[in-house]
Amino acid sequence: MVKRGIEKIYLGLIMIFLYAPILTLMVFSFNNSKSRAKWGGFTLKWYKNMLHDPEISKSLYYTLLIALLASIIATIIGTLAAIGIHVMKKKTKTVVLNATYLPVLNADIVTGIAFMLFFVAIGLKLGFASMLIAHITFNIPYVILNILPKLSSLNKFTYEAALDLGAHPMQAIWKVIIPEIMPNIITGFLLAFTLSLDDFVISYFTTGGGVTNLSITVYTMTRRGIKPEINAVSTVLFLSILILLLIINKRSERNVKKMGGANI
Amino acid sequence: MNRKWLATPYLIWMVIFIVVPLLMILYYAFTAKDVNGTRLTFEHLMKSFDSKYMVALGKSFLYAFISTVICLILAYPLALILVKYNKGGSAMLFIFILPMWMNFLLRTYAWLSLLETNNGLVNTILRTLHLPTIDIIGTPKAIILGMVYNFLPFMVLPIYNALAKIDKSIMEAAYDLGANDFQRLLKVTIPLSMPGVMSGITMVFMPAVTTFVIPNLLGSGKVNLIGNIIEQQFLVTYDWGFGAALSLVLMIIILISMAIMRRNEEDMEGGAGLW
Repeated sequence: MVKRGIEKIYLGLIMIFLYAPILTLMVFSFNNSKSRAKWGGFTLKWYKNMLHDPEISKSLYYTLLIALLASIIATIIGTLAAIGIHVMKKKTKTVVLNATYLPVLNADIVTGIAFMLFFVAIGLKLGFASMLIAHITFNIPYVILNILPKLSSLNKFTYEAALDLGAHPMQAIWKVIIPEIMPNIITGFLLAFTLSLDDFVISYFTTGGGVTNLSITVYTMTRRGIKPEINAVSTVLFLSILILLLIINKRSERNVKKMGGANI
Repeated sequence: MNRKWLATPYLIWMVIFIVVPLLMILYYAFTAKDVNGTRLTFEHLMKSFDSKYMVALGKSFLYAFISTVICLILAYPLALILVKYNKGGSAMLFIFILPMWMNFLLRTYAWLSLLETNNGLVNTILRTLHLPTIDIIGTPKAIILGMVYNFLPFMVLPIYNALAKIDKSIMEAAYDLGANDFQRLLKVTIPLSMPGVMSGITMVFMPAVTTFVIPNLLGSGKVNLIGNIIEQQFLVTYDWGFGAALSLVLMIIILISMAIMRRNEEDMEGGAGLW
């Protein structure tokens, strides 16, 4: 009984440690006074200011646009790649998979700098296009890694049966494989979208010319001094990520139930 | 048509946007431009072994090491408790790893705003209680706090997964053979969860070593870690060759430590060890 109590207290303390800072930000986003320590009454003015602040609304626009484009393109390339990698010979597969893990494992700062040097070398001006390419690139591995396990668990004879029944390979892929892996494609897409929404380091090194995302805007704002509007931005961002994650979680739980495990 | 051709767009993409950019780091690290054109040089690499930068590198490793140890000490009991309570769904675990998905900058900024010496909430509360205030912004303590806070979920998740996989019957066997709770923890649970611990250590240590955001915000730029020095080469002093050499050194150290860690978890699951 005592042990259970200690365990509960421990869970509680860690939870406070993890959530107190986030909750404080959220609470103070409704604070009427500019102070971050004294409560000056409830207000929504920081949210209004946030929407009217050209810097914030522009970076919000770029964040969403890049996240959407990057995750769609990464999902298409990644899905095709996963289907292809799945049927590769073991040796080729290992090489390709290791290269796929590289950006996942490498330090963000190194990836970001590598991109920056590359874009400068090929003469692409740092800005929207370079940031989009970088986001697509770091998203693809997550899409592939989300789909591959599902492909290995599929019954390979259904595809062959489709071919025997006269389907063109493309038709067989479209009508047999894609529907089967659809849940994982969507989960991969949502994961890519979330990662893209959240990225700072790689975006920081690959953008320029006034194109920024929310993370970069928060970074520059904190360096200039803290504005209460950031609290409002934080709250909105946190809640949107939370909603996305709940959707992803619900989806993968459903997959696991349907499949009986074997999900990343 | 063979299905493996479907991977072609990705392979092309990968070579152009993953392999070539990494080669660019090599190129910049080993070349210098002057009036006679581009020449091969080792000066950037030599410069990165300069004591000033080695101190920064050492500090980065030290702080990352301390943070990793603290994360491990906090996360292991947490994961043990979560596994025990968590017979059904994964809701509890979700609560503890959710902060991992909140914007990294905002998490760090949250502490900055809490810990501010004059206006921070923590000190305001301490002052109302007539307790001594804390003044750690700009010190290594704040940086380590930031690292622990940001990366703790990365430690909890793999340890939890490893613990959840342990076969109940092994624990029962140990019990039947007369092991007490402590012996079971020491001889069964901990050794069997080692792969998770290793993954956790990598997932905390790597981002902690390379971060430049945490020292910039919580260290108020007074403490320079290797990530800051690399960032400055590219965005402040524009010494790209040197910055590339530093990145190269950092990347090699990371890949070597990764390989060592991987060897330890090899019998786990081939490629996907980290996740």
